[in-house]
Amino acid sequence: MGKKERYEIILAGSGGQGLVLAGIMLGEAAVLEGRNVVQTQSYGIASRGGLSLAEVIIDREEIIYQQVQEPDIILALTEEALEKYAALAEKGVRIFYDTTLAKPRAGENLTGYPFTKIASDLGNVASVNILSLGAMTAAVPMVKTESLAGVIRKRFQGKALEMNLEALRKGVELI
Amino acid sequence: MNELFKKGRETLGREVRLIQGNQAMSEGAIYAGARFFAGYPITPSSEIAEDCSKVMLKVGGVYMQMEDEIASIAAVIGASLAGAKAFTATSGPGFSLMQENLGVAVMGEVPCVVINVQRRGPSTGLSTKPAQGDIMQLRWGRHGDQSVIALCPATVSECFAMTVTAFNFAEKFRVPVIVAPDEIVAHMRETFSLPEPGEVEVIDRKKPSGSPKDYKPFVADADGVAPLAAYGSEYVFHVSSSMHGPDGYSNNDPANAAWRVAQLHRKIEMHRDEIVITKNFATEDADVLMIAFGATTRASRAAALELRKQGIKAGVLQLITLWPFADREVATLADKVKTVIVPEMNYSGQVAGEVQRVLGSGADIRRVNSYNGEVITPQEIRRVIS
Repeated sequence: MGKKERYEIILAGSGGQGLVLAGIMLGEAAVLEGRNVVQTQSYGIASRGGLSLAEVIIDREEIIYQQVQEPDIILALTEEALEKYAALAEKGVRIFYDTTLAKPRAGENLTGYPFTKIASDLGNVASVNILSLGAMTAAVPMVKTESLAGVIRKRFQGKALEMNLEALRKGVELI
Repeated sequence: MNELFKKGRETLGREVRLIQGNQAMSEGAIYAGARFFAGYPITPSSEIAEDCSKVMLKVGGVYMQMEDEIASIAAVIGASLAGAKAFTATSGPGFSLMQENLGVAVMGEVPCVVINVQRRGPSTGLSTKPAQGDIMQLRWGRHGDQSVIALCPATVSECFAMTVTAFNFAEKFRVPVIVAPDEIVAHMRETFSLPEPGEVEVIDRKKPSGSPKDYKPFVADADGVAPLAAYGSEYVFHVSSSMHGPDGYSNNDPANAAWRVAQLHRKIEMHRDEIVITKNFATEDADVLMIAFGATTRASRAAALELRKQGIKAGVLQLITLWPFADREVATLADKVKTVIVPEMNYSGQVAGEVQRVLGSGADIRRVNSYNGEVITPQEIRRVIS
């Protein structure tokens, strides 16, 4: 699949899954590649639980309206999030979801992996965001995996760095 | 000052970064020379307090976490009178708590900046959701008969630039300036590159130069603004929230009161053209004009582009300065169009009411309002045309 000029991405799940941070890291990777980025988020008052989502728009041109209108790719890490977006798969939106927390669904453009379980097996359930990003960017070339790795190297050090790079690798290998 | 800039830049970094509106406002404050922050963190403005708690000490400034918003603005006023460029950041209920002391700053002509990130109310409402419901409070939140300046950015770059501008206006006109983005703009991240020192103009308050014993803190120069000395300097002076004379001491003479009240308004009226900032997008040949501010500017621009594809000539007037209101700019542009649309994230049409006041009851003004904590979309704006 060739790289498009513009990508609109939704990362949805529940508070505490690191979705806003995933949105920031995806955005930072695109900035490293010299592109314009707008990242927004929507969450409730709870720091854990409740529908939480991050939106990222990557474009070579100026990004005028800040919200995602025509998503190219969606990550759903909970049943609630998948329910909200599953119907878009029929319209051609690529949806990645977590089979640990959401019921499996059949259908074109719907791809399920046990992201949370794999992250947990790696030793840190909190790396589920990076693991998912790894899978998504391997399937759809929004940014280069190497740019994401660069962002991770900037943000983390020591054990956390190793673990997150490993999570990214595992995510890429899923595809 | 240059040394401080250098220090600020080393701390803040140089490269193109993805940063949040809130962060751009704290960086704008540092760039403008702010070296004092006092605040009480509140969503969706908390990142500003967080940033300042890290950066202020590194640039030789002061960060004070206060017990509440009343104390926060009081500390800001004190710091400013001691010569520092000072600011605070808050939202919703916190902004309400600051009103009385903001009145003190108006009356004492104390330069200061308050960032009020607008969230959905009333009261504690939906603390994490956006709104544009404080437009009238920005202007009239304080009792009495007073005037302030309020600015409203729509992008992360404008968050930076308008915070620098807010400090410039505060310093130049000895007035509180409020920067009031909605939650969307404050929490949004965009690509941003920090300007070099000197690239953006930074204005410092006028200081007195005459003999300290002759200093009168409320005798204005020809530009309508009096020089301001610093507490702790050889200029010993008095500032009171009660009616005072040219020397700052209590004065109940009606002629003095009339002079003081008028001066607080006139210094802003005199510089109105400099203070009122607007941006035009494809307005030259427009038949449909959207008058927008904050995040709704972005939805309006997207709607205007779509309408043009359908053959409808649409343009956008962005109000960056909300107060004083852009009467002349609105009247001049609206005069040439058939329909005016005012999208805003409030029920009461606070800006639409102002536009109506400017254009008169006969004008075709269509309102688009959202008050559910969600943003206005380009489709919602387009719908009122077709």
